[in-house]
Order: sequence, then structure tokens, then C-alpha cells
Amino acid sequence: MSSSPAALRAEALESLLIEKGLLDPAVVDDVIERYNERIGPMRGAQLVARAWTEPDFKQRLLADGSAAIAEYDFEGGQVDKLVVVENTDTVHNMVVCTLCSCYPWAVLGLPPKWYKDPAYRSRVVREPRAVLSEFGTDVPTDKTIRVWDSSAEVRYMVLPQMPPAWRSADVGTLAERVTRDSMIGVEVLA
Amino acid sequence: MNDISTALDENLQPPMANGEVLFEQPWQSRVFGMAVALHEAGLFEWSEFQASLIRVIGQWDRSAEDTDPYHYYDHFQQALNDLLAAKGLVSEARLREREAQYAERLHGHDH
Repeated sequence: MSSSPAALRAEALESLLIEKGLLDPAVVDDVIERYNERIGPMRGAQLVARAWTEPDFKQRLLADGSAAIAEYDFEGGQVDKLVVVENTDTVHNMVVCTLCSCYPWAVLGLPPKWYKDPAYRSRVVREPRAVLSEFGTDVPTDKTIRVWDSSAEVRYMVLPQMPPAWRSADVGTLAERVTRDSMIGVEVLA
Repeated sequence: MNDISTALDENLQPPMANGEVLFEQPWQSRVFGMAVALHEAGLFEWSEFQASLIRVIGQWDRSAEDTDPYHYYDHFQQALNDLLAAKGLVSEARLREREAQYAERLHGHDH
């Protein structure tokens, strides 16, 4: 049994909430399982691959992300106002939440640790190219970098550019190749 | 200021649905699960939790030294406790009391 103060506090809170009839511990188990095992960036990858292969879907996804994904009925939330931003030959997009950890759970799962860290939160807006190069990502200097701050109610996801060599791949194969980091905008697919 | 690459190295863990382990310790998953479950049960809007989290993290951002370690789930836990106290659902005093009982229990088991 863990005896750290935080672990004790969590256990204390859970027991009080159960006693008050406010919480069912089985629901807590279910939430944990949901996010550990079912909700993740494979959903976002599925959307990206479809956008690459269906111009009409891409148009809908860019016009209104939340409306375009409604048909999937993804569990996970945090996509009531999903905005999908497209990387192009002239623009590279990156996503951050400077104030806390906002992230489109239903399409990307829970954020990676570095996304929540002060180093990323504080530096991306100020020096995006330096941060990108620490991820091993070099964006040409003539490309504009746009940083989208998720601190309002809006959640962002990047639609990365498809490498030309992938053109002949089918939608399922493409979805397997799309990475989480490319949809946050810290990686360029190649 | 921390180096992003250090944060990345710390992230190399066995893959899960999200490509990595989401919670480093079990209590972190319980706190996350409680927050989502209570929200789903209608006890608060997620935006209310988010505001509490922004407040707690903002305090840390303003007062911490660059070398201080950042423990996200400590802030997440504080944000939940603050919100539940503000809503009159679980007071800080009641929580401390129960926590002390559990600490005592553990202490007793040690002997």
C-alpha cells in the first residue's frame, strides 16, 4: 500500500465521496479503463487519414471539427468546440495549452507528460522553432509557424501534411502511420 | 528552464492506448477517475474544474523556481479538492481529518 500524502488524500477523498453517496467506485474504475485502453490518438489518426483521402470530409473537418466528427460518436469528451488546423506548404501549426492542460481527449486521448509541463507551455509561444528542433523537427524558415493556445473552450488538432510517398497507401495504412505528435504539431511526418 | 528533451526522455515508458503510461502512480488514476466520474454525475461542469486547475497551476507558475520539479497530478488533485470544498461537497477540514485517520492506520500497521 502506498502511504504518500497524496495517495492518502486520494483515498480519503474517495471514501468520503462514497459515504456521501456522491461517487460509485466502479465508475472510477470504468473511467480509468476507458482512458487507459480505449481512448487514444488512433481516433485522430483515423480522421486525418480520411481527410487525406476524402476531399469532402476534409472540407467538413476544417470547416467545423465538432460537427464533422459527430457521426463517430467518440467517447472521451473535450471536443465540443474542436478546431482542426491544416498544415500546408506555407504554414505549420502547433498546439499548446499555456494555462493548464486542455486537449481534445476524444480524438487524441489524454495529453503526454511533456504537453503539461511548464517548459513546453511557456516556451512554445515564445520560441516555437527552438522547441520544435528539440523534438527533432525542423520547419523551413520561410514557413509560418502558428501556435494555437487551447486555453479557451476551444480544443485544437493539427491536420498534418501527407508525405508524397504515401499517396498510394489505403486509408487504413495511412491511419496507422499518423502519429500523435504530428497531430499536436511537434512532428512532421516523413 | 527545463529542457524539453529531458521531459521527453522521462516519457519513455511501455506503450498503452495513448502510446504511453498515463499515470505514474495509482492514486493519480483514482484522482483523475474521480474528477471525470463526478463531472459525469453532474456535480460540476468541466469548465469549473478547468478554472480551478488553472488557478492552482497559475499559483505554481508564478511562485516556483525554474528548478522546482513539476508534478501535474499534485495540481490536479488540489484543483479537485478546492472545487469540492468550494461547492460544499467535501470540506478541507473533513478531508484532512480522514487523511490523518488513514495515516494513523498505516502507522499502526507498521508496529
